[in-house]
Amino acid sequence: MSDRNEMTCAELVELVTDYLEDAMSAHERARVDAHLTDCPGCSNYLSQMRTTIRVTGALTETAVPDGAVEHLMEAFRTLRST
Amino acid sequence: MTESATPAAPPNDLTLARAIRDGDEQAFEALVRREHGSMLRFARRFVSTQAVAEEVVQDAWLAVLQGIGRFEGRSSLRTWIFRILANLAKTRGQRESRSSPFSAFGDDEVPSVDPDRFLAAGERWGGHWAMTPASWEDIPEERLQARETLAALRSVIDTLPPMQAEVLQLRDVLGWSSAEVCNVLEISETNQRVLLHRARSKVRRALERLLGDEERA
Repeated sequence: MSDRNEMTCAELVELVTDYLEDAMSAHERARVDAHLTDCPGCSNYLSQMRTTIRVTGALTETAVPDGAVEHLMEAFRTLRST
Repeated sequence: MTESATPAAPPNDLTLARAIRDGDEQAFEALVRREHGSMLRFARRFVSTQAVAEEVVQDAWLAVLQGIGRFEGRSSLRTWIFRILANLAKTRGQRESRSSPFSAFGDDEVPSVDPDRFLAAGERWGGHWAMTPASWEDIPEERLQARETLAALRSVIDTLPPMQAEVLQLRDVLGWSSAEVCNVLEISETNQRVLLHRARSKVRRALERLLGDEERA
């Protein structure tokens, strides 16, 4: 960890989305990968972010009220008949 | 932003659109049940009340029905529907003279992680973790996806700045591609990524807090 150009953890956390979205140069990606290899904290952070995305993906919408659907179906029939 | 910015529609979308155009009630009902809830949540962030959001979504469906014959599959059907919805919701929000969420882009540039979590810049390991993030690998999925956890995350998302919430909702809740999100919200790829980053970082912090609280309990 003597390289003065080395990335800090504070920098890495701001690059996580670019990293996951594959929106960085090969050079930048290599810097992130090098840091991750040496830093369990940032590896955990990246893994936490992946978990966050997965858990967010488990959110669901409540079912549409039948009244709203029925209202739209009536509009559908009206439009068809004109 | 043009339709060509997004991948072409899945073949099923054209079939579905034609069925609706030709008067297939079941096809329309299935589409309503699939998209209505997400549309309501989307519209709600542009307008002042839930009732207004419901009106806007109803109007969007009518516009979809009237225009379905013009859907050519150059974008996915949901992108096409949400573009109609976004236009109606924006217009309605402006008429209510709400400040547009679209102008609130640079509103809250906060660090993704509390700066106190890192060693101070002057120190030998400045910028490195002072308090290392925990591993979540051993947390069972049932706990991560417990009803209370999901309800808490939903509240966190609802308190994000509107554009961050819209991007996170479309990308991570609904699983849209970044191109689709840029198309519907009329933002650049870069802006989309910045908004996504801020939103995800805040949701991660909230999840960390929730899981930490559970450990202490």
